[in-house]
Amino acid sequence: MQFGIFTVGDVTPDPTNGRVPTEHERIKAMVTIARKAEEVGLDVFATGEHHNEPFVPSSPTTMLGYIAAQTDRLLLSTSTTLITTNDPVKIAEDYAMLQHLADGRVDLMMGRGNTGPVYPWFGKDIRSGIPLAIENYALLHRLWREHVVDWKGKFRTPLESFTSTPRPLDGVPPFVWHGSIRSPEIAEQAAYYGDGFFANHIFWPASHTQRMIALYRQRFAHYGHGGEDQAIVGLGGQVFMRKNSQDAVEEFRPYFDNAPVYGHGPSLEEFTAETPLTVGSPQQVIDRTLGFRDYVGDYQRQLFLMDHAGLPLKTVLEQLDILGEEVVPVLRKEFAAVKPAHVPEAPTHASLVAAAQNKEKVQA
Amino acid sequence: MKQRTLVVVSAGLSQPSSTRLLADRLSAAAVDAAAALGVRLAVREFELRDLAHDIANHLLTGFPPAALRDALDAVAGADGLIAVTPVFNASYSGLFKSFFDVVDEDALDDKPVLIAATGGTARHSLALEHALRPMFAYLHAVTLPTSVFAASEDWGGDAALPPARLRRTAHTSTEGRLHGRILRAAEELAREVARREPVTVADPFALTTSFEDLLAS
Repeated sequence: MQFGIFTVGDVTPDPTNGRVPTEHERIKAMVTIARKAEEVGLDVFATGEHHNEPFVPSSPTTMLGYIAAQTDRLLLSTSTTLITTNDPVKIAEDYAMLQHLADGRVDLMMGRGNTGPVYPWFGKDIRSGIPLAIENYALLHRLWREHVVDWKGKFRTPLESFTSTPRPLDGVPPFVWHGSIRSPEIAEQAAYYGDGFFANHIFWPASHTQRMIALYRQRFAHYGHGGEDQAIVGLGGQVFMRKNSQDAVEEFRPYFDNAPVYGHGPSLEEFTAETPLTVGSPQQVIDRTLGFRDYVGDYQRQLFLMDHAGLPLKTVLEQLDILGEEVVPVLRKEFAAVKPAHVPEAPTHASLVAAAQNKEKVQA
Repeated sequence: MKQRTLVVVSAGLSQPSSTRLLADRLSAAAVDAAAALGVRLAVREFELRDLAHDIANHLLTGFPPAALRDALDAVAGADGLIAVTPVFNASYSGLFKSFFDVVDEDALDDKPVLIAATGGTARHSLALEHALRPMFAYLHAVTLPTSVFAASEDWGGDAALPPARLRRTAHTSTEGRLHGRILRAAEELAREVARREPVTVADPFALTTSFEDLLAS
């Protein structure tokens, strides 16, 4: 099982002192956080993609390429890549390039984006969100698998004899996850291709996640990629930890109360009861996280949101220390102990290359 | 007897409120009127005051806490709806509007809705026609022709009258005006509920298309 962190890349004032990091500070902090993730033994760092303030990561492959050069082991991913407003041709090129530079340590998570005005800035319409996600990904999927592509669709210029360069590393495209909170069509899309499905699992009740994952698993099996329990599932999660749980609650409360998404709404206690947010001791985080399996089954990737709502970099790095030293080692052991052998790990470049070679052998 | 569900949403703020009083009388009259048409109405009542924090939280977080989820599911699954608000500043109250702002899309499609309101004087009564009726039209509800407004003075006019005399004079006498409107609106609601099939609610997580269709569209 893979453990990691995902970041939104928000520039948010620290509610305890009003300090706002500059964009430069925030961007550099994201890099520091990614390096820390590798240092404390996490597997994955994923960055969001946004084209509006107060978010900084508009150019994920630039950032991930830079992080790739400063890390050795860390798998670099996105949370999410906007499959609606980006040109699928540019996604194919950018991420193949990143894949080469990072020696295969790359996968992606496709998402639609829910900010209405961003769509027209890129010549699109949010009302076509699902059709854009379907058509653009269908093209991207081909561009990474077929050397020469002739293509015609609704949303971009037709392609005649087009080859996306560079070709994917070792002829194996990056693994793709599809993220959606409540659109069954996206679970269906992930299932159709045999790709991974990632549930945000942060801002919404666990019952949503449970329904979406169940649908994805059922359709994954329907399309013949394996059993329902062999589908590739990822979950988000959000935690804040201190040795004593009351300290965690006290320290996190002002950040929670003023957070961009849920601030000034439900109380911290209400929100932790209604969503998977856990604020408390490392043991509480371990117990809650192990409980996710009860409603989604054995899953392959757990990403935590750690750096948001104006938390200072120093605090985030402390949180990563606790996550890497006290929480993830226990989770690895406990999850591994209960996972049946026929449930696969999340695909990596190495496993995909091996699978491709096996397939060639079988065909030869 | 056919079984149908009636949900009553009342946005009164004081406890007890005249809004709730009106809601209760409408609901009782609807149960009687439906029974006369061979329909047993199971009634659920929701005081929006109890859900005020949940409604604000839903607006901010995008999902309803459990108690509000229950109310929203009940509204979506109801065969008939009675919606009663106090009139504030010539319109529905903000709480009333906020609740219907978080009702699921399409939840009121073709749903018979009886609208009613309370206010200090009869001068506020057209808020029903100018504020509530357009909102429910927008939500594709079947809003009944008779809306019911109760001003403070109406509670003195007919409440003390014996039921038999009320029924005789309801539609004509000035004294029985409120009660008459309640009966007329309740009969309209009962008729609309009785002639419809029970409501079915679509599962938002159910897949309604196949990937081949998605690709082709």
